[in-house]
Amino acid sequence: MSVTFLLTIFSIIVGFIIGISLSLGRVYGNKIISIICIGYIEIFRGTPLLVQLFIIYFGLPAVGIALSPLHSALLGLSLNSGAYQAEYLRGSIQAIPSGQMSAARTLGMTKMQSIKNVILPQSLRISIPAWSNELIYLFKYTSIVSIIQVSELTKEGELIASRNFRYIEIFLIIALIYLIFTFIITEIIDRVTKKMSIPGIGLQIKTRPKLS
Amino acid sequence: MSMLKVENIYKSYGSCEVLKGISFSMEQHETKVIIGTSGTGKSTLLKCINQLDPPDKGKVWLEGKEITNPKTDINKIRQKIGFVFQDFNLFNHLTALKNVSIGLEKVKKLEKEKAQERAIKELQRVGLEKQAQQYPAQLSGGQKQRVGIARALAMDPSIILFDEPTSALDPELIGDVLDVMKSLAGEVAMLVVTHEMGFARNVADEIIFMEGGIILESGPPKQMFKNPKMERTKQFLGKISTLYGKE
Repeated sequence: MSVTFLLTIFSIIVGFIIGISLSLGRVYGNKIISIICIGYIEIFRGTPLLVQLFIIYFGLPAVGIALSPLHSALLGLSLNSGAYQAEYLRGSIQAIPSGQMSAARTLGMTKMQSIKNVILPQSLRISIPAWSNELIYLFKYTSIVSIIQVSELTKEGELIASRNFRYIEIFLIIALIYLIFTFIITEIIDRVTKKMSIPGIGLQIKTRPKLS
Repeated sequence: MSMLKVENIYKSYGSCEVLKGISFSMEQHETKVIIGTSGTGKSTLLKCINQLDPPDKGKVWLEGKEITNPKTDINKIRQKIGFVFQDFNLFNHLTALKNVSIGLEKVKKLEKEKAQERAIKELQRVGLEKQAQQYPAQLSGGQKQRVGIARALAMDPSIILFDEPTSALDPELIGDVLDVMKSLAGEVAMLVVTHEMGFARNVADEIIFMEGGIILESGPPKQMFKNPKMERTKQFLGKISTLYGKE
């Protein structure tokens, strides 16, 4: 169980850092940077996660990089999630009207300052719903790394079941555990969204602008 | 030496030449109003001045410094040039107060308390201290624009460029914004693109009439309204006065 959490939390955070760099590079970078970012995103979104894991776990040793199953899984999930998060973020960055950037620049902010103080605080809020989707996907997709022998939740279940042959009961329990935690994650994100919500930005949750 | 000097500005978008050699200058604390039909490059001219949309040809000086020189630190110059947008462009994730103080905090590197103190003062100046904690989505159009003006003022600009500041407002709300602008006349230089003839007539030191990417005629309001030199100026002013009221 703790391995599943480790995989999810580590990959979502590292993926977020990768994603934010890629999306900014894609939107604001020069042509070369932009093409590199697009290339990364397309390659990781265009190939199955399982194949990526196989390449990292079985393929990399051939070039002298041998990673443990857990390290391979962390690397694979992070790189993959980074590509998806980049696209969510890019969408929300491009949803910010260009006037916001103009206004920031007219105050004398540099491009970087404008991105940091004006663009990102808004686009990150907009991207929370899509981003929470990614978190839940990631949480469930950690089960796929059981194939490269990482003993996370699904793999543990498989081991127990192979000993007592109670496949149905065991996997129903495993499914239930995923379901419960997915529910908890959703609930937490909902609360965070509400707390961070600002009138006029992103989804409005039961708050109405009051005119005075 | 003039505070702002614009010399022979040319600007094209693709094959469409918008500005065809614009030159004028402004003194300290002067108010000039640019009028003209839509699509004659009035807004483009403002964006050429603060390099938001750099001109293809021509030069701009502010207080003796050539802005159009690539070696000039444009971010530093822009602090001296306020800009008020037609569609406000307030930062949607920040309260009115923060909208005004963010430039002081992040660009001028003032301490948070000092920046907010100053921001409150500017909000008082535009009559919105009560709305300090509200977000842009909670403000009316007129209030938004006044926050926009306060945001520009907080940076202590030498000049503020107004790009049709009242065009997106309900007629009822225009008055508040114009009152604020009138109160600024003589304190800070203003270059205003507008169709508000009342403002042009009463507040401007000079009216610039633009058409087809050039300055067709310019002069003090009295002369421009009473006996313009060009037939076209007369025609335009006549038309717009019936539209927007004579005051």
